[in-house]
Amino acid sequence: MRAVAEPILKLTDVTVQFGALKAVDKVSMSLNAGERRAVIGPNGAGKTTLFNAITGTIPPTSGRVVFDGVDMSRMSPQGRAHLGVARTFQITNLFGRMSVIENMRLAVRGLSPTKFSFFGTDDLTEAQADDVRRALLSSRLDGREHVVVKEMSYGEQRQLEVAMALVGTPRLLLLDEPAAGLSPAERTFLADIIRALPRELTVVLIEHDMDLALGLVDYVTVMQNGVVIVESDPSSIRTNPLVQEVYLGKPHAVVVPGEGNADA
Amino acid sequence: MTSKTSTTLRILAGLAALVLVAAPLAMPTYYVSVATQILIFAVLAMSVDVLAGFTGRTPLCHGAIFGTSTYVVLYTATVMHMPLPLAMLLGVLAATVLALVFGLLAVRTSGVYFLLLTLALGLIVWGICLRWTEVTGGENGLRGQLRAGLMLSTRELYVAVAVVVALVTFAMWRFVHSPFGLTLRGIRDGESRMASLGYNVPLHLTIAFTASGFFAGIAGALYAVFNDFVSPSTVQLSQSVAGLLMAIVGGVGTLFGAFVGSFIIIALEQAVSSVTERWLMVLGLTFIVIMIFAPEGVIGKARLLMAGRGQSKTKP
Ligand SMILES: Nc1ncnc2c1ncn2[C@@H]1O[C@H](COP(=O)(O)OP(=O)(O)OP(=O)(O)O)[C@@H](O)[C@H]1O
Ligand SMILES: [Mg+2]
Repeated sequence: MRAVAEPILKLTDVTVQFGALKAVDKVSMSLNAGERRAVIGPNGAGKTTLFNAITGTIPPTSGRVVFDGVDMSRMSPQGRAHLGVARTFQITNLFGRMSVIENMRLAVRGLSPTKFSFFGTDDLTEAQADDVRRALLSSRLDGREHVVVKEMSYGEQRQLEVAMALVGTPRLLLLDEPAAGLSPAERTFLADIIRALPRELTVVLIEHDMDLALGLVDYVTVMQNGVVIVESDPSSIRTNPLVQEVYLGKPHAVVVPGEGNADA
Repeated sequence: MTSKTSTTLRILAGLAALVLVAAPLAMPTYYVSVATQILIFAVLAMSVDVLAGFTGRTPLCHGAIFGTSTYVVLYTATVMHMPLPLAMLLGVLAATVLALVFGLLAVRTSGVYFLLLTLALGLIVWGICLRWTEVTGGENGLRGQLRAGLMLSTRELYVAVAVVVALVTFAMWRFVHSPFGLTLRGIRDGESRMASLGYNVPLHLTIAFTASGFFAGIAGALYAVFNDFVSPSTVQLSQSVAGLLMAIVGGVGTLFGAFVGSFIIIALEQAVSSVTERWLMVLGLTFIVIMIFAPEGVIGKARLLMAGRGQSKTKP
């Protein structure tokens, strides 16, 4: 059967191996443009490693990653960023000594030749300033431009993670446990931010909190031990026997936020 | 600190700098010479700081890059009889190209590997200058008559050097505060994030290394005119250590701290050399003492102390 639309992201047999461990084992998966997808699974399932293989942070050992018709399996992370792939990190990865606006300047110039200004002032162009304003507004960080990042609350730092990925109009946004470690109120707040993202943006969300994840996405991929075990609608995930088995005996694994093991 | 007091502080600092730069003119020529040397080495130390302070990679080859420029200026001007401006241009160019090559080799490393790799590259330059006797004069080095040709008195040369150093300092200040300078600080604080934002980290580091070599080359060309002599000791490891130490003493990442560092190290060298031959040992000891008691450098330490006082004032 012929697909109606070419998928924007197509993974074919993607494998990432660390020594003897296959952290991601022949994962195939396909996302349509504008889709919202959750990737769930217990700790160590290989979710972050899958993101690293998609963004090039850790290139796949084998298999293909095709984004919008371009095979980017062997491309560098910056090459993939230029194609429109943006991500946030499970372990906050910000420039802590800098202010919010400096972090955003770095983010917005990443895809622009203005980063090669050697003797110019550090100001943004009009268009860049608008882009940054828009991203800060979407992440509800407007008015916080001049705060030094390490002096912000953890919740605000997670918001900045999202804001930095939103500038430069990405086409694929990978969110790695954006709400991990947040209070229930902060989680709701972050869920609202994700829900309000532009509809044409394709979003993949890794999230341990099922209630949060299932309310935000169109489709769910469940991983365990590096392999995809279930793909289904959010509505039938909870009743799926395989999913129940994965979480059986450790029902809390579903709601415990990631402990942040070996990450890029 | 309010912006008003910081503006006042800046104006005061600027005035103080002017007075300090003008002061040697009222002193005996010996001090004028030492002051000229301090200014030249401050540029070397700033070029080290561009890498150590802004990219977070500590190089130990800048003496070699600096000295390569000195060699090329003296060789082209004295042996090949080129006009001095052209010779100086070629010296800076040679240093820049050398830094580009070093950069291409070194930027994929960091931390102690970067330190050791750049150290090894610097040693190669030293070895060549020592062995390639026909061109470099081997241990005897190269002597020139550049200063005589310029017909400048010691004081006039000092003023000329001060003007060039002021321009170069301004350029470097713009450089570290440009979008590219922010990129370098981003790479220092988070390479993986920079790559996923679309930055080609090795490319930016190579450009930074090359620019840093360009500035070190300017210092080396000035040194050729000032010293009128070059030998392998100008490109040897201790020169790279001295340049790095000056940057560290002044405080890495402060840029202007290089002037303080250069002043302290050269004043110390003058003082020590008048009593003992063991300057290099003192240099090493100074390095250790600074690393233990003020790893953030003299300016960094002063800033910390001032910030500490400012905080205790605002707290109830
Ligand atoms: N760089 C690495 N080197 C070696 N092993 C790694 C590396 N990164 C991840 N791993 C291993 O690969 C497996 C999958 O890790 P990954 O971080 O992808 O899991 P995850 O699903 O994101 O888990 P979590 O929910 O805890 O974040 C784990 O066993 C982990 O220890
Ligand atoms: Mg993870």
